[in-house]
Amino acid sequence: MKNTMKVEFDSISDNEAFARVTVAAFMSRMNPSIEEVADVKTAVSEAVTNAIIHGYEGEVHTITIFGQIEEEVLELRITDRGVGIPDIEKAMEPLYTSRPELERSGMGFLFMEAFMDEVQVQSSPGEGTTVLMKKKIRKSEE
Amino acid sequence: METTRKTTDHILRIRVPGELDHHSAKAICREADRRIQTEDIREIIFDFADTTFCDSSGIGMLMGRYKMIRALGGKVRAVQVQAQVARILTLSGVTKIIPVEEVEGGRSK
Repeated sequence: MKNTMKVEFDSISDNEAFARVTVAAFMSRMNPSIEEVADVKTAVSEAVTNAIIHGYEGEVHTITIFGQIEEEVLELRITDRGVGIPDIEKAMEPLYTSRPELERSGMGFLFMEAFMDEVQVQSSPGEGTTVLMKKKIRKSEE
Repeated sequence: METTRKTTDHILRIRVPGELDHHSAKAICREADRRIQTEDIREIIFDFADTTFCDSSGIGMLMGRYKMIRALGGKVRAVQVQAQVARILTLSGVTKIIPVEEVEGGRSK
């Protein structure tokens, strides 16, 4: 059975926790393991933090999360209408950060890729960024 | 965010909050940097007993404090780390430069 959700919120750092908890609640019907929930929460946190810091550069605008569950696959699209990424390949390189002065570890995409089965980034300078992530949830029998 | 009062042993103990993300990391950076600049701190101990979530912003915060205190000849330790957070610290490679003590059985007291 298919299920979808969409949530929009302001790009303030306080909403990072809100985004994680919302997605965790949405996926709870998939009966995920504790580890799977932790994986998804981390990936969501990375994408939302990127939108706040890099996409909107600290300005307050709207971040959208679209979620979909189809069979045992969770799909998430996290979108900002911010500055966009000029070089996606470079941005996804481990330890690369465009903002070293902010003490970014450069591990955001590394974590997204480690914890999700699939990560795709669509971005155009001046138009914004969408991170598409998919993860198959193996039903835990507990 | 909780830290201990002015130290006499040159150790700054930081009680890391339940979720260490970009939002909470900012508060820790502010407080830790102020203490490092105004007191003679030689060691920072990050106590993760309450922490069940950490992302790359937490890693950035730890690395930043490590670089700062090392420049002053000091060191950094992470203690009472729960399993979920230990995974992130290991994956990031932070465990190679900062000693990490895990909590027994994955639960804190």
